[in-house]
Amino acid sequence: MAEHGARLLVADDNKVNRLLLKRSLELQGHKVDCAENGRIALQMLQNASFDLLLLDIEMPEMDGFQVLERLVAEPSLADLPVLVLSSLEGVAHVVRCIELGADDYLPKPVNPVLLKARIDSSLEKKRLRDQQKELVRRFATSEVAQDMQQSGFALGGRRIEGTVMFSDIRDFTALVESQPPEETIELLNTYYTLMFDAISGHGGVVNQMIGDGLMAIFGAPLPLADPAGSAVRAALDMIEMIELLNAERTAAAKPALRIGIGVASGEMVAGYTGTQQRATYTCIGDTVNLAARLEAHTKVAQRGILIDSATQVRLDPAVAVELLGAVPFKGKAAPVDVYAVRV
Amino acid sequence: MPDTTIDVATFDELKASAGDDFVTELVGTFLEEAPQMLAELRSAREAGSAERFRRAAHSLKSNANTFGALRFGALARDLELGTIPADSAPLDALDAEYARAAAALKALCDG
Repeated sequence: MAEHGARLLVADDNKVNRLLLKRSLELQGHKVDCAENGRIALQMLQNASFDLLLLDIEMPEMDGFQVLERLVAEPSLADLPVLVLSSLEGVAHVVRCIELGADDYLPKPVNPVLLKARIDSSLEKKRLRDQQKELVRRFATSEVAQDMQQSGFALGGRRIEGTVMFSDIRDFTALVESQPPEETIELLNTYYTLMFDAISGHGGVVNQMIGDGLMAIFGAPLPLADPAGSAVRAALDMIEMIELLNAERTAAAKPALRIGIGVASGEMVAGYTGTQQRATYTCIGDTVNLAARLEAHTKVAQRGILIDSATQVRLDPAVAVELLGAVPFKGKAAPVDVYAVRV
Repeated sequence: MPDTTIDVATFDELKASAGDDFVTELVGTFLEEAPQMLAELRSAREAGSAERFRRAAHSLKSNANTFGALRFGALARDLELGTIPADSAPLDALDAEYARAAAALKALCDG
């Protein structure tokens, strides 16, 4: 349990304080390391994982205030609970520590009973926070989780330049009817694992799964250097993965899978939509609609990957594409040039 | 100014929570470290460094209070919160009180 055997770091320049604190904490069953100033403490925090920092303020080289400032700026350490233990006098110091993100402030000499209560409460809070983060990680992508942690959660969107991908399995309904549901679930899990791997391998974020279809965003919530190129490379990887899967399926006398992928680039509005209680990260706009239409058009064109001209002009010339001509899409005033990526 | 060299209740509480042997060791560490901090206090006064002076006084105060050395702690606190003294008299008084506190702490550990 978090309350027992937690790993704690004590930062204090005074040897008597350090030894006494280490002793008290060890008697409470914790594993304790010590640092004699803020700079060393930060180094230790970066090199190993700690559950809690007990921080003195008055220290040479880097004092406790500076440590708190650095922790806030470091995403991997921003969640570390910090208890400030100091014999500095004056409420202003306490306020400054709390404002800089310290969990609590205890005056020295520290009462051991009070110290134990504060440590247990901080560790419990950290355990709950970790649990929450784990849930967010499981149900959102790590990029969305990171975005939420850094900028907080707010409904509403912002305009971004990026690339959207839609993909689904051809003739999925017929496939579902030909096999037991358990097998379909297993197939979908394998399929999604492979597709997620290809997409996140190129910096994309899968933000929706609907049945056998998925939507992925490249360039949001975190910016990407080359969203169009990344999306097309991911699409090529997806086709390759499906071919590998098909080799296995054919060997097991099962029908091969075919997927269609549509990719479009341009401006879109990205953000959280829904309600305060339940929301999803998504993108909307013409670019998104076009990607969905291109994906649907793969059935007509009999090609695996279709892209729009905004994606095509951003592509490395080494990627072979073929202009299929202008196609009139629903919702588009003029026909749109459609390119097929050679696989 | 408290007239207690060592507040025995504080010292006993420390022993009860950290263990007798450990406190004896800790007193040993304090007796090793304190003379260096007292020297740092003098050197900071001579150099006119208010920051070093305040920090050394702060450290001494903190340790004094840990062991219940109330008068020594109060003298150190006055130095921490005040300006650098014009002459060395307050530091001489602190040294003298340290000698009393150190002797009392040794006696408490041996007893």
